Amino acid sequence: MTNLEFTPLVFCISAVAGCLGALTGLGGGVVVTPALTLLLGVDIRYAIGASLVSVIATSSGAAAAFVREGYSNIRIGMFLEIATTLGALFGAFLATRTPTSILSVIFGLVLLHAAWQSSRGQKGNGDGRQSDPLARRLKLNGSYPGPDGPREYQVSHVKTGFSMMFGAGTLSGLLGIGSGALKVIAMDQAMHVPFKVSTTTSNFMIGVTAAASAGIYLSRGYIEPGIAMPVMLGVLAGSLVGARQLIGAKVRVLRWIFAGVVGVMAVEMIVTGVGGKL
Amino acid sequence: MKKWGDQRLEVIISVLLRTGVMLAAAVVLLGGICFLWQHGSEQPDYRVFHGTAQAYRTISGVIHAARPSNCPAVIQLGLLLLILTPIARVAFSLAGFALERDGTYVGLTFVVLAILIYSLAGPH
Repeated sequence: MTNLEFTPLVFCISAVAGCLGALTGLGGGVVVTPALTLLLGVDIRYAIGASLVSVIATSSGAAAAFVREGYSNIRIGMFLEIATTLGALFGAFLATRTPTSILSVIFGLVLLHAAWQSSRGQKGNGDGRQSDPLARRLKLNGSYPGPDGPREYQVSHVKTGFSMMFGAGTLSGLLGIGSGALKVIAMDQAMHVPFKVSTTTSNFMIGVTAAASAGIYLSRGYIEPGIAMPVMLGVLAGSLVGARQLIGAKVRVLRWIFAGVVGVMAVEMIVTGVGGKL
Repeated sequence: MKKWGDQRLEVIISVLLRTGVMLAAAVVLLGGICFLWQHGSEQPDYRVFHGTAQAYRTISGVIHAARPSNCPAVIQLGLLLLILTPIARVAFSLAGFALERDGTYVGLTFVVLAILIYSLAGPH
């Protein structure tokens, strides 16, 4: 396949992934890597390098819209970014020492989780009523706009959330994904941060987490211009379109389609990894 | 009062982020068009991992290689701008917390910034 054929093909795949990722809130990066490796036979290291770059683009590009709504909490984000960036460094170093077959299997397991998450739909658990002395010291408690004025919330289990964020960062660096779903779980379910604050703050953190492993990826030669260019432009274009279509009743149907596609990819990644074909 | 300051800071930062991404995307797009013009008929082999050319793996290498005649390097320059965008965001947050005289968060933000700079410029 020549570059003139390869580039538009990868652009289109990435645009679809970016659009679906924005519509379902799971991010495009998680679909791009299996699509490139399974459909086009691209080495998984080139694929995760390109995917990581696209994660930075969508996270930073979408941040403006979320921040204006006043939900994201910059202090929670910054504090937890210490854990996610350290995890991302660790994950990126790990990625360079892990056989691609094992990377493929781990990727498949993460996809299975994403499929399950997508079919279930996202529900908030955080009530923001319990407080942790550490949260008060770190000024993590905040408020967000509610229907009748600002609503105060408090943050609990700061240490648990911090450790989970290290794990989310490690997976991000290992697989070149945003791992937004795990970040939301850490904030919403462990720290009891209100769901909307969790999702918007997570989106804010994804770009910084990805930037921490991008340096390692760059020096290891994972970021190949010929692949990263169509992936980054495609995912960005797709996610901008997807973000505009968010108000629609068909999101439930889309979630099921997404869950199905991701589930099939998950099984294929695991099978290829176990078979050692990657 | 504190929250209001945070909110204003976040809006400024988010505009900065969006500008950085759009600038990076424009450079990548220009490099991409020129890359297809020059190398469109070549058959790349991405099935086997060789790693990107050494010149495209460091900040100084990319800056030295980037010129209109070297299209892959222009793409790489755009990708580098993209990677720098969230790092600039953290640097601006650091300045914001310093203006608010919030010592704890100046310290925390500095740690994040140090980790990011180590990743991009550190010895590995």
